[in-house]
Amino acid sequence: MSVDFASVQLIDVSRHFGRRRALSRVSLSAASGDIVGLLGPNGAGKSTLITILATLAAPTSGEVRYGDQTAARLGAALRVRIGLLAHELHLYPELSARQNLAFFAALYGLDPRTTVDAALEAAGLADRADDAVSGFSRGMRQRLALERALLHQPRLVLFDEPFTGLDDRAVGIVSDRLRALAAGGAIVVLATHDLDLADGLVTRVVLIRGGRLLSDEAATSGLRARYRALIGAA
Amino acid sequence: MFLRTAWLVLRKDFAIEVKSLEVLTTTLFFAISCVLIFAFAFVKNGQAPEDAAAGILWIAIAFSGTLALGRTFERERYGETLRALLLAPAPRPALYVGKLLGMLTLLAVAELLLVPLIAFLFQAALFSRPLLLLGILGGGTIGFAAVGTLFAAMLVRARSRDVLLPILLYPITIPVIIGGVRGTAALLASPVDEPGAVMWIGILTAFDVVFVTLSLWTFEPLMTE
Repeated sequence: MSVDFASVQLIDVSRHFGRRRALSRVSLSAASGDIVGLLGPNGAGKSTLITILATLAAPTSGEVRYGDQTAARLGAALRVRIGLLAHELHLYPELSARQNLAFFAALYGLDPRTTVDAALEAAGLADRADDAVSGFSRGMRQRLALERALLHQPRLVLFDEPFTGLDDRAVGIVSDRLRALAAGGAIVVLATHDLDLADGLVTRVVLIRGGRLLSDEAATSGLRARYRALIGAA
Repeated sequence: MFLRTAWLVLRKDFAIEVKSLEVLTTTLFFAISCVLIFAFAFVKNGQAPEDAAAGILWIAIAFSGTLALGRTFERERYGETLRALLLAPAPRPALYVGKLLGMLTLLAVAELLLVPLIAFLFQAALFSRPLLLLGILGGGTIGFAAVGTLFAAMLVRARSRDVLLPILLYPITIPVIIGGVRGTAALLASPVDEPGAVMWIGILTAFDVVFVTLSLWTFEPLMTE
């Protein structure tokens, strides 16, 4: 079954871990072409939100709609359209860059012969393709992980702190990649602490704190001042 | 898609193990050490106690299997690759089957070493009925690995997983261990208790069907946070 959607919508989504409320009645939507910046302090619920959008966690209440369908209805076919780059890079350090990409390409039903070389080229790792990932720097791993997450050209692209440990050049590469994805019709959701990097990159800003949605608005310049006004005042 | 995914996971685990040899060497080292300690303790003047071999074989399989389960899933914890597997558009129970097949292969290698070693050190006639031995080893190993793979996957993000795995695993797999020990003891009896061994193979097969079915059924809900 081929699945596609042009928007994602969270409707009154709550997620509890025992008595702790990680998310509390969060509603928001994102459409094709959006780069949604998910901003908030530590423990705000950003990663939980990303995990729920990725279908790796189920909401305690409320629902997530991909287009006009729910994850439960779409099943495994939905995951073909979701890409996730988390803080942990989802790579096997013992395997080479090529082996990692080939494994995930095959898992997504892609032909490794046609996808892996292009991904290695995009990651700038064509000359290190057969080296074990354990020998790569953080930046090289991050670039490889980015291409791994995008191998299957997902519609919904989820990034959880993608700039951690990257130098300026690598940050520029990731930022350009994000813009290109959104321009190509992807829905990009980016959870980050880094307001300076988010400023000018995101097209929408969602501020959360303590699992509650504080603001969902179009991005304007002066993101840090806006963040301080809302998070600092909350 | 199901079998292909299981095969991909198995092949990936094999490729990692070929490069690191970490799980294989630690499992074999632990299994052999276990048998040698029992041999030093129980074999006196070249004489081994009767019926000890069956218990020692299954203790070595259970303990080294627990170690292997922990190490195999520790690999998926590093880099949170288990989440990447769960995010793939493949049936999630196929991931379980892939990991289970990897565990079975590893335990089969350990048993290839353990059985002749125990037969030698404890003068046990383990090879008198090779097909029955194969049935008992296969039945017991599948049951143990089926439950172990499910629990190890469940506990991969738990802080005290190393302690919790044996605490959860051993009580549930006691029927399998008992079946394995009694079936092996039937083979070591003089004369060989063939009907007894066949009965235990039947019981182990029934346990395997129940454990594998339950594991396949519960894997996806248990792995969804």
